[in-house]
Amino acid sequence: MSPMLHSILAFVQAWWVELLCALLIVLVVPLIAVYIALVERKFMADVQARPDSTRVGPHSLLQQIPDALKLLFKEDLIPANADQFIFWFAPVLSMTAALTSMGAVAFGPWFQVARDINLGLLFAVGVSALRPLGIILGGWASNNHYPIIGALRSTAQLISYETTAGFALVSGFLLAGTLNVRAIVEIQRTDQAWFVFLAPVGFFIYLIASIVETNREPFDLPETKSELVAGSIAEYGGFRWLLYFLAEYANRIVVASVGTTLFLGGWLRPFPNVRWLIWLDAAPTLLLAAVGAYCVFRAGKQPAREQSLFMWAVALACFVVAAIFALAAPFGHLPFELMHNGLYGAFWLLLKVSAYIYIFTWLRFTLPRFRFDQLMRLGWHILIPLALINVVDVGIALALSSEFGLNRWLSMVITTVATLGAAMLLLHWNDKYADAASAGLLADSSVVEGTHAG
Amino acid sequence: MPPAYIPLLLFSLLVLAFPVVTLIVLKYIRPGSGGGPTKFQPYEYGILPETSASRPYSTRFYIIAMLFVIFNVETVFLFPWAVLFRSWLAAHLAGFALIPMFVFLGILLVGYVWLYKKGAFDLASLR
Repeated sequence: MSPMLHSILAFVQAWWVELLCALLIVLVVPLIAVYIALVERKFMADVQARPDSTRVGPHSLLQQIPDALKLLFKEDLIPANADQFIFWFAPVLSMTAALTSMGAVAFGPWFQVARDINLGLLFAVGVSALRPLGIILGGWASNNHYPIIGALRSTAQLISYETTAGFALVSGFLLAGTLNVRAIVEIQRTDQAWFVFLAPVGFFIYLIASIVETNREPFDLPETKSELVAGSIAEYGGFRWLLYFLAEYANRIVVASVGTTLFLGGWLRPFPNVRWLIWLDAAPTLLLAAVGAYCVFRAGKQPAREQSLFMWAVALACFVVAAIFALAAPFGHLPFELMHNGLYGAFWLLLKVSAYIYIFTWLRFTLPRFRFDQLMRLGWHILIPLALINVVDVGIALALSSEFGLNRWLSMVITTVATLGAAMLLLHWNDKYADAASAGLLADSSVVEGTHAG
Repeated sequence: MPPAYIPLLLFSLLVLAFPVVTLIVLKYIRPGSGGGPTKFQPYEYGILPETSASRPYSTRFYIIAMLFVIFNVETVFLFPWAVLFRSWLAAHLAGFALIPMFVFLGILLVGYVWLYKKGAFDLASLR
């Protein structure tokens, strides 16, 4: 055996978990992204009280596959006066940045590409900061008015709220004392509290900032389909558009995972230290069994025989997989250990991430869109000073409980009340300011469009 | 490079390869495109674009970019402080941990108030 091959084999043997995880992320995340979009469509249909598509597969569950194939084989159009290379490169950069930052996110105690790097969350935040670059390059390369306006707005919005998200994350890092993803989750276990309860204002600010950073609907100014066609991606179609789409959904997963890891206890189950809740560790198995039971219940009510048979098949599959999990749990052998750590660890994290993304979708159909200047005012006038005050207050709370032996929860409540008082003051000043500003705005409508040449 | 970063490097190469390879492979698979030169005009609601899109834009966006640089550098200074904060508290150095950061944030606050008074954050009043 040649020494080169030998060293490669040794490398694979040492890092096979990470390499497997890397492969799985690249293969699975696009699929998950596509299905998040399907859930969003179903949610939208529900909110707007209309039926969604029902044709392809049961409940149109397979709808996304022909859609994706259509996009893959669609005509690839580059506008005549676009910058060819940058037009080609921008979606690739967006996609790469979004998926690479997922490498530092831990899907369970065991499943992470970059295990044991001390800068875990810093890497995730730092790499996903390349996001505005992909958008502004794409908008500029299109050489069209709408994409450029969209890209400028988008970049302004993303970089403003990146600062906000950074300050909000600092309040979590103060409590954690480390940037290592696994250590952060372990500290939330030993401290017996998710950090959302110790820094509620910090989490709230991060939640808002993460919605803005992923261009979700109350803050979707870069896209604004009714004003700017589709913003910075108006000239993109087919597979390039699909790349932007995947990047956006991957970003959504990244910000949700970072928020979950730092504030919502990562892959810890609720109350990880309470002994009698230990049955919650078997939640994936129980959930599968419940789904199987529901399928059995529904199978008798299907109108056609094929549908009923299909339900029985799904129920059987659920029960078999649940039985395998239940039997595998007590054994410590390698394939079982892999399944146990990978699955049971990832279950709670993915559940929390799904809830986080569900909140995004919920807000999308609940709130009307912000105006660009309102969005920027919210960021620079309220959220950034509030996030700074919150950092100071979390620091003071920690110092109070360590220096003066004050109860941790008591000091938290005191400082949170102080932060909320500061928030009220900021809102009060901003209201006074906003009246004057909107009077000025009405006089100059070009400000709203963002095209006003300075 | 510490060995823990090697899988990350391979992962980022894999991620980069995914769109690049797909774009290149699909170029040869998908049906070719036809159509005249009007098809490749920028999208402008069906009319021909009158001006190039490369024209001056509002300076407001440049100010936002500068503000971003200033304030994001603050977060860079805050990160190591936040990471070390608990170990300082464990060593009963609360004053050492808090006071320099108060001074730093105080200077930042003065700058923030000055920018606020100057109207740098008011996108509406900048002309």
